[in-house]
Amino acid sequence: MIYEPSLLAIVIFVVFVALTLGISFYFARRTRSASSYFAAGGEIHWFVNGVAFAGDYLSAASFLGICGMIAFYGYDGFLYSIGYLAGWVVALFVIAEPLKRMGKYTFADALDSKFNSRAIKLAAAISTLVVSIFYLIPQMVGAGVLIQPLLGFPHWAGVVLVGAIVVLIVVTAGMVSTTYVQFLKGGLLVIFSVVLTILILKRGLMIGPEQNEQTVTRFADGRVLINGLPQGRGVGEADLRPVGHVSKLPGGQSSTGPLGPLDFLSTLQQSEIVLWTSNFVGNIDGSTTTTYTPKPTAGSEVLRPGNHPTLRGLRGNSVADKLNFLSLMLALFCGTASLPHILIRYYTVKDQASARKSTVVGIGTIGFFYVLTLFMGLGAMTSGAIDVTNSNMAAPLLARSFGELLFAVISAIAFTTVLGTVAGLIVAASGAVAHDLLTGFLRLDLTDQQKVRAGKITAVLVGLVAIGLGILFARMNVNFLVGWAFSVAASANLPALVMLLFWKGTTRQGIAAGVIVGMVSSLAWILLSGDTYKDVYGLPAEWAVVPFSQPAIVTIPLGFLTLIAVSLVSRARK
Amino acid sequence: MAHQNHLTTSTSADDVAAPRNARYGLILFAVYSSLYLAFMLLNAFMPQVMETIVFAGINLAVVYGLGLIATAFILALVYVWLCRANAEPGARA
Repeated sequence: MIYEPSLLAIVIFVVFVALTLGISFYFARRTRSASSYFAAGGEIHWFVNGVAFAGDYLSAASFLGICGMIAFYGYDGFLYSIGYLAGWVVALFVIAEPLKRMGKYTFADALDSKFNSRAIKLAAAISTLVVSIFYLIPQMVGAGVLIQPLLGFPHWAGVVLVGAIVVLIVVTAGMVSTTYVQFLKGGLLVIFSVVLTILILKRGLMIGPEQNEQTVTRFADGRVLINGLPQGRGVGEADLRPVGHVSKLPGGQSSTGPLGPLDFLSTLQQSEIVLWTSNFVGNIDGSTTTTYTPKPTAGSEVLRPGNHPTLRGLRGNSVADKLNFLSLMLALFCGTASLPHILIRYYTVKDQASARKSTVVGIGTIGFFYVLTLFMGLGAMTSGAIDVTNSNMAAPLLARSFGELLFAVISAIAFTTVLGTVAGLIVAASGAVAHDLLTGFLRLDLTDQQKVRAGKITAVLVGLVAIGLGILFARMNVNFLVGWAFSVAASANLPALVMLLFWKGTTRQGIAAGVIVGMVSSLAWILLSGDTYKDVYGLPAEWAVVPFSQPAIVTIPLGFLTLIAVSLVSRARK
Repeated sequence: MAHQNHLTTSTSADDVAAPRNARYGLILFAVYSSLYLAFMLLNAFMPQVMETIVFAGINLAVVYGLGLIATAFILALVYVWLCRANAEPGARA
């Protein structure tokens, strides 16, 4: 679809950026010590930290990805919401308080608290860097994907802009400014999701006009034909029609009027909604054609799992498909409490009670937001405003169906979303390098100020790497990479965290081996999986070496077993 | 025990509370994980059950999903309440 850059969106975005940079410069004067740079001096109020958890965690993948997935495939996107939230239970009940008690700046501190081992610091620092960079790529790609339709700049401009702003936020006041940017973003995201949801419910459901199939043909020289005509708005040109409507309502109504939240769901359950399937073919002349076909679908099918291509196996009999699903849900469950940029937030509050209370605020904020994703996704599905070629745009386009102002605000928030999460990731990576690698592993004797300087230099370098990767991976599916990050984080970090807390026999060799084996095995599994063969290498998925794509169900137990086996052996040797 | 040294009072209070909090945490964790596991197994092996209408014209998939989100928050509040109750034993005396 052709998007007209909205001047209002640019203005609101500039205001947001000015506000976040203002916060950063305001705190910069107060942020001189390593403790304030890496952990905000442990002085953040638990409530602020709780909302900042939401700002840290609810990435572009959560907001744009899940809304888009629900809008295109129904319930399946909501499964991600459920899994992402469930992970917080692990964080609160198992990890939070011991982690706070044992560590100072990074989660390597906690792992290493009993041992003072260089191997553990090295292993934990590498896993922090790997996970953070995996998580960074989709955020940066997301920024590029968004900036094109929203502000009218090319992809690389979006990536560079976000990278530059975030590096500025981080180098000025480290974790302090990062926390307040995330607080602001988390709050705004939830408030405006509530506004969108209220508008959806007020509008209710109505029957939309019937639509025909649409085609997009792309030539090697960059020309694009839409439904056989050049893409454009003029005479003799065509553009994709916005889609997404209800084709039948219960009781033969044509429109329901305002609905309550439960009525909205039960009415949808009895309606018929037009979803779109796509079919991609290569033509003889080297061009490609994608055909989008409307497919009227019963509401009862929309509101059940198994419509998305990767989850279709739920309705079949293949054991590998079922294991793949369980493995994904296990990664989401175990991944949250293993993400370094989330874990470091526990060091910004003063004690264990604050860690606990801020997690509860986080769970409340994030859980509430995920409930809203169901309404926003289904609202987008029936808004008549969707671009069949771009599911990431579902939430902003839904907002546009309520007017330009809301569109501008939601677009600007989507950008701030990227800023908040990327800032958290860069702080985590910079702590891993300055604190774990330089002073921990290499035993460099850095003064407090040198440590802050090392952290800032790392932040700039990681920012540059992120910008480079964001441009390089421009065509990569955003949600896919976030799934990778969760799997690798869970496989590498969770066994070490859990065993350290619950098994006295854990040794430093065991921890280091568990982290490395969990990380390498999950990465290897991903690189040898059907999804990667198909989406990254362009090879048939059947050639893949591993039986299903999601590694967690195999590699998390493998991490535990390695840790236990190596601990037993190293103990026996003593 | 809690009065040895005023400088370490906060840490020693944490140390006393920590094992108890950890036990509460594990119990609540077990409750939630069972609910989550049951949800996943139902989805994987009996997907047709998720289509049953259970409440106000809404199917089990949606009710169970929203229920899991709500349960996480409720258990979190229960946990904070349990931890608070044992963190200030002196305050009740």
